[in-house]
Amino acid sequence: MNAHDEDRLKKLLQQALPPVEGDPEPGRDLWPAVLRRLNASPAAPPLRFWVWFDGALLAGLAVFAAFVPASIPVFLYYL
Amino acid sequence: MGNGSSSLLNAFRQGSPEAFEAAFETLFHQHRLAVYGWILRIVRNPSTAEELTVETFWRIYQARGRFQPERGFEGWARRIATRAAFDWLRTARPETELPAEIPAPATADPAVSAEIRRTIALAFQRLAPKLRIAATLAVIEELPHKDVAEALSISVAAVKLRVFRALRSLRKDLQQQGITP
Repeated sequence: MNAHDEDRLKKLLQQALPPVEGDPEPGRDLWPAVLRRLNASPAAPPLRFWVWFDGALLAGLAVFAAFVPASIPVFLYYL
Repeated sequence: MGNGSSSLLNAFRQGSPEAFEAAFETLFHQHRLAVYGWILRIVRNPSTAEELTVETFWRIYQARGRFQPERGFEGWARRIATRAAFDWLRTARPETELPAEIPAPATADPAVSAEIRRTIALAFQRLAPKLRIAATLAVIEELPHKDVAEALSISVAAVKLRVFRALRSLRKDLQQQGITP
């Protein structure tokens, strides 16, 4: 793809999805919704849980990658 | 997005519970428009942007222990907002994100029909979310690559690479549908 093609494609993209103009404002006051969200949601899981979970996930992926080396580029792509 | 006074940021980070709650509310009112506008530019849907703004401030509240006042609030909030928008893009179906009729821009090219605009928009929505965010901010919104890189927590070179890959994939998708950009 040369520079001309790239420029043409960018212009087409801006025609299809025009940039957001100015400083848009939400249609409602969001503070009450933030308060409701804070009151409704449980506290974040303790750090120890994530350390354990992350470790298990990482170990699983490492074992999988060792048996299926072709999956490594796929993992790297989605990182 | 301004960065707020250092006393406000310190109160948010390590103030008493009362001082923290007050600082959080003040920061919300100072930054809500900037956060909403940033998310809207990524997801392009006002009601989704409202929901994700609420989600972003919830995440900010939960992550206050990791906030570093000396680095400012603006960039941190923007990174969290970008992550919230990214998580949403990963789960949303492309067709549900688009309005029924895509409005023509003020400087619409008459040669580009509404049908072609819709085809291009749908092809763009099919891109991988990480490519879409980079291309949306850098190409559609024409924001500086440095700002995009900071929001995505990647290098400027990585932003350029993602934009290149996004345009290449988009071109390929359109060509398969008989549109030659």
